[in-house]
Amino acid sequence: MKKIFLVILFLNFNFLHVFSVEPDIFVQSTVNRASEILTKNISQEDKIVKLKEIAKETVDIQGVGFYSLGAARKNLNKEQKTQYFKLFEDYFLKSFSSRLSEYTNPEIDVLSKKVLSENYTIVNSVLRGTSERPEVKIDWRIYTKNKDNPLIRDLIIEGLSLARTQKEEFASILNSNDGDINSLFKSLEKFSKN
Amino acid sequence: MKKFSIILISIFFMSLNAYAGSDGELKMEKQPKKVKDCFENLNRATFAFNQGLDKAIIKPLAEGYRNLPDPIQKGTHNFVTNLSSLVTIPNNVLQGDIKLAIINTARLAVNSTVGILGTIDVANKMGFPKYEKEDYGQTLATWGVGPGCYVVLPVLGPSTLRDTTGSFMNVLGGDPYYNASVHGNNEFLNESVYMATKAVEGIDFRSNNIESFDNLEINSIDFYASVKSLYLQDRENKISNIRKGNIEIFYKNEEDWEEIDQN
Repeated sequence: MKKIFLVILFLNFNFLHVFSVEPDIFVQSTVNRASEILTKNISQEDKIVKLKEIAKETVDIQGVGFYSLGAARKNLNKEQKTQYFKLFEDYFLKSFSSRLSEYTNPEIDVLSKKVLSENYTIVNSVLRGTSERPEVKIDWRIYTKNKDNPLIRDLIIEGLSLARTQKEEFASILNSNDGDINSLFKSLEKFSKN
Repeated sequence: MKKFSIILISIFFMSLNAYAGSDGELKMEKQPKKVKDCFENLNRATFAFNQGLDKAIIKPLAEGYRNLPDPIQKGTHNFVTNLSSLVTIPNNVLQGDIKLAIINTARLAVNSTVGILGTIDVANKMGFPKYEKEDYGQTLATWGVGPGCYVVLPVLGPSTLRDTTGSFMNVLGGDPYYNASVHGNNEFLNESVYMATKAVEGIDFRSNNIESFDNLEINSIDFYASVKSLYLQDRENKISNIRKGNIEIFYKNEEDWEEIDQN
């Protein structure tokens, strides 16, 4: 009985180990998938659709949405939260895929990683330079709470955080409108519809 | 003596500003303080003016500049970067980084001579460390002066009260190239040459960022706020010198990230 227990325990451990994904490998694999789409001979619209699919799988859109709201997230009721996440997802996917689709054949090399806490690892990478643009350093904030399913929460390009920029942009809209969350909803909606 | 007094008075007022904005703490902290947008309406109006100017004049010039042959663009970029060493070196000294001041002086000497007035970055080919610009705004920050309010300057763009004061130091004797151009009493340099050099520096910067700015504008729901955020992040990074040495990552505001899981 003891042996069976040990075997089961061992198998379980191995099972967990096999499915635990290292953040640097996760980033490289995500980048490779995106790169494959961007180099494909398909229309810009098709590229955007496929990039959105990758973003849905690999980015913690809800987490980024919460972070972007800053202190305002504490004042939202359940209905507003639901409305916000719907609007934010549309906004985020459009913005994310539109930014990425401009690149053709991006070659990114993952260099190293640094564990910040149990929940976060930073993966360092570089976008290789070409004759038209210099090399660009890109750091990825990976949310590792679920070791089997790491997710991207931020991109830090040459030291500039996209999530922080988004957060400050949202805060600016709220400040200009006396903290009215509906003003932010309208801006997000307008962006997604344009 | 008069210039020295002006600089001292400026620093004094900037220190007061830091005091007012930091709840009584003068020292620099790892956690950056939020920079207040005290003149937001005026800043937004100036930003709109700058955007108009950019679309009408600066961007077309930058696009034209980009059509020049690569060696000319690279040579121009190297030339203006080499000139910036004249401001970087005194700031290395003022920040107490004597070793870097010596390295940058050697770089300036090599590039200005062997590198034909700085048009070829010979020092880079010789294996000198990567060059990082330093200015008086960064020096004031390392001395503990807070950023003060965020401001948008006509033509020059985003800044803070501290960084604007830092820029004034250039024309108050802190930039040897300005001194030689305006007060040098020589036949090669004058104020117009100085202004033309600064304009070329601006066009060079703009031409390297055409796509990034377009992309940012298209994907922003408040372009003014995005530019402000990116400018302030960039200044924080430059002041902390995060690209120097081995510390490649310097992550702040971790509690903001940890907090979102508690919702």
